[in-house]
Amino acid sequence: MTLAEVRDILEAEVLTGEENLDDIEVPRGCGCDLMSDVLAFAERRTLLLTGLTNAQVIRTAEMNDLAAIVFVRGKRPPCEVIEMAKERGIPLLRTKYPLFESCGMLYKAGLRGHLK
Amino acid sequence: MDMNPSPSLELSYPVEGNDFATAGEAATRIKRMLKQIGIDPETTRRVAIVAYEAEMNIIIHATRGILKLRVLPGVIEVRAEDIGPGIPDIPLAMQEGYSTAPEHIREMGFGAGMGLPNMKRFSDEFWIESQVGKGTKVAARIYYDGSSDRGG
Ligand SMILES: Nc1ncnc2c1ncn2[C@@H]1O[C@H](COP(=O)(O)OP(=O)(O)OP(=O)(O)O)[C@@H](O)[C@H]1O
Ligand SMILES: [Mg+2]
Repeated sequence: MTLAEVRDILEAEVLTGEENLDDIEVPRGCGCDLMSDVLAFAERRTLLLTGLTNAQVIRTAEMNDLAAIVFVRGKRPPCEVIEMAKERGIPLLRTKYPLFESCGMLYKAGLRGHLK
Repeated sequence: MDMNPSPSLELSYPVEGNDFATAGEAATRIKRMLKQIGIDPETTRRVAIVAYEAEMNIIIHATRGILKLRVLPGVIEVRAEDIGPGIPDIPLAMQEGYSTAPEHIREMGFGAGMGLPNMKRFSDEFWIESQVGKGTKVAARIYYDGSSDRGG
């Protein structure tokens, strides 16, 4: 699934990284608010969906080479957090849907998680 | 694979307990440095995760400390040493899911009790020692360029 498809399915607003959405493929998704769990289980290029909006989410994405972040439930990160992601080339999206619904919509459209 | 870094490189970064404003900055710098000197992306990712978990543990659990990176041919070392409360029961702290992080830390997305297990998972060799009331030392070695036996 491309990030452009993710944006359309979740009716998401793009906070940064608009340019590349068609070109970025996300092989897997992960819905999580615990950053060490993300570091433990998410592979590179995973799409992260989270309700957290602090700088540590961006650091986690950076360390783990995640593809992009979707902020759920209409949450908007502070400007400096968006700026951090922009600097690092990490696309940020924002959807009004809660975490459960967002994951469900993407799953229904074919995106899978890390279940082995 | 064919790009070799200079024989040895050493860097160290001070880390302040409770300093969430710049939390993760040391690990970010380490990651950029490794990329710059041509270390492969998967090795870089493993080192970055180990360094980040170590840095966050100092910020969350200790008073202050230092994070060190050493790049040698075939192996990268990450060391973290802190002054702080120490860990009374290391086998317990190493268990997945064990955390003493308070509620306000959990709200920031930490406290899964996965940090130490992650450091072990993503490294090829891992040591931890701690003295209650004094501080904690962790060290990790990550092999690269074919000499790796790929733990995680
Ligand atoms: N540097 C340290 N100084 C003192 N105690 C520590 C230190 N590092 C870890 N601990 C203790 O070990 C426990 C487990 O650490 P670990 O990193 O696995 O989990 P965490 O930091 O609580 O949560 P997470 O890393 O998932 O965000 C901590 O909750 C804390 O009690
Ligand atoms: Mg930790």
